[in-house]
Amino acid sequence: MRVAVPVFPGSNCDHDALHACGTVMGWDTIPVWHRDTRLPENTDLVFIPGGFSYGDYLRCGAIAALAPIMADVKRHADQGGLVMGVCNGFQILCEAQLLPGALLRNESLRFIHAEVYLRVERADLPFTRAMKAGEVFRVPMAHAEGNFTLEPADLADLEARGGVALRYCSARGEIGADHVPNGAMNGIAGIVNLKGNVLGMMPHPERAVDPKLGPTGGMGMFRSLEAAFSKV
Amino acid sequence: MKVRVSVQLKPGILDPQGKAVEQGLHGFAFEVEHVRIGRLIEMDIPGTDPAEVKAKAQAMCDKLLVNPVMEKASIEVL
Repeated sequence: MRVAVPVFPGSNCDHDALHACGTVMGWDTIPVWHRDTRLPENTDLVFIPGGFSYGDYLRCGAIAALAPIMADVKRHADQGGLVMGVCNGFQILCEAQLLPGALLRNESLRFIHAEVYLRVERADLPFTRAMKAGEVFRVPMAHAEGNFTLEPADLADLEARGGVALRYCSARGEIGADHVPNGAMNGIAGIVNLKGNVLGMMPHPERAVDPKLGPTGGMGMFRSLEAAFSKV
Repeated sequence: MKVRVSVQLKPGILDPQGKAVEQGLHGFAFEVEHVRIGRLIEMDIPGTDPAEVKAKAQAMCDKLLVNPVMEKASIEVL
């Protein structure tokens, strides 16, 4: 399985992604510079890492969405290839219009670094298939702009088509405003596109996979990806 | 021609920055409400026809300057 990790000026979770995919999972993982115009041959998964690409100028992810490598990421996605964006990666996917919506400043105005519980809303995706619907897992979040927002009609569409992959919840899987750390509409932590091959999420599963470094709540997503590829 | 694009959050989109500044102003006992913070972009666009220049600025808004999910813009040709 081959993973490409696009690196933008200001990316700071690229090494977390490289460590999780390369060192922990043992996948063939290749960093790709933002100025490159082609992903490596036979890339299975593009993992867009977190950080502050281009200093978050204009809007988070807005400039990165225009980077030369993104045209090939779009081609990869259009052809059904998997794309996963975490944190700033999610913001970039929204700005690149590979996913709907926008990530606004957290309701509290604060950068929030915390462990959060996520509930699996879609267990039929390549990103979640090793987990069960309703399963709860715990991963860190670390962002100031994760307040997912969409026009009410578009939000209703997203919910109706099962576009919500992950939702913030309590340790027991209860959902509700009390369990949403950043004000995100409907407690949305992660969404998928219509085809189910592009996923964006604010929390960081790639920071919770190595037992040497701490809890491994993010492992379910990586096992899912592995299962998705072993069946190809 | 000199063009000024003012980008504002749409009505109904939470503006925590505006809210914080409003609270700060209240701290100085100013009577103020509905403070909204936006972004002002100034630029020179080649051309002499204001309508044409405005159309170019609008295209820039559509491509990059504005995220229509949360923002709206007004364009002024100076």
